[in-house]
Amino acid sequence: MIPVQHYLYLSALLFTIGGVGFLVRRNVLVALMSIEVMLNAVNISLVAFNRMRPENHGGQMFAFFLIAAEAAEVAVGLAIVLSLFRIKRTVRSDEADLLKN
Amino acid sequence: MNIGIIYFWLLAAMSVVGALATVSARNPIRGAMGLLLMILCVAGLFLALHAEFLAIIQLIVYAGAIVVLFLFVIMLLGPSATAPRDHRGQVSRAVAGTLFAACAAGAAYAVARGGHMLALRRPDPGFGGIDAIGRTLFSDGLVPFEVSSALLMVAVVGAVAVARGKQGEHTAGTGAHPLSRAELAESKPFHDAQPGGLGEGQ
Repeated sequence: MIPVQHYLYLSALLFTIGGVGFLVRRNVLVALMSIEVMLNAVNISLVAFNRMRPENHGGQMFAFFLIAAEAAEVAVGLAIVLSLFRIKRTVRSDEADLLKN
Repeated sequence: MNIGIIYFWLLAAMSVVGALATVSARNPIRGAMGLLLMILCVAGLFLALHAEFLAIIQLIVYAGAIVVLFLFVIMLLGPSATAPRDHRGQVSRAVAGTLFAACAAGAAYAVARGGHMLALRRPDPGFGGIDAIGRTLFSDGLVPFEVSSALLMVAVVGAVAVARGKQGEHTAGTGAHPLSRAELAESKPFHDAQPGGLGEGQ
């Protein structure tokens, strides 16, 4: 049987990969996908904690709401990407400087 | 070696490979494929954790909706979805990435040092099924459940309003108040707002 710590290590590794990707990449689409990776990592640890205490389903409920919030985030984020592309003809996050100066 | 242990390590390795492919892809389509691989592996891990309902939800919502939405947007942007290579600000980005990775490694080490390995005991037969999740969702989580439906509604309306861009102003007439655009997007039926939205702006 796999101990719960291994799931948490995997979750931490995936979260770190996503976080570094979000900080390092400048393509907005890849940055949004990195956020997806991070939220998936959080979902793994929530479900693993729930597996550790199987008396109730609180962790899985949180993961369910996280998935719903993430669907909303992706819809709005991709709409903003399209809007940015329409204005600046680019998908690079450092060229979104309309509020600069 | 136990089959469950092989299953876990196989899926864990594949999900890490998928995450690395997502983060490092130059072409966003490859990134979306890596994300798809990671999502499928995470769904498999949910199955190993006795979360059958969440595994199905993960497949439907992530693989079926979110990745497809990403692919739609990538295809809508065409070749310009791949940003040209540019080395400006490379040092600061590398420093930020390294610092984040170092903080995460330190936090993981601090957590790992504390506890002993917890062996998981076998849960009740109905654990993680749709019956048990539904009971929790509609008793303890009733208010968040209703609020999340409002969140999704607002997000869809907001996404349509944002993605329409200037198109909305044209249909609303010139010199329209900025607020009326949002109101227009809200009051129009969804199928009515759809054809004028994404395609004609290109």
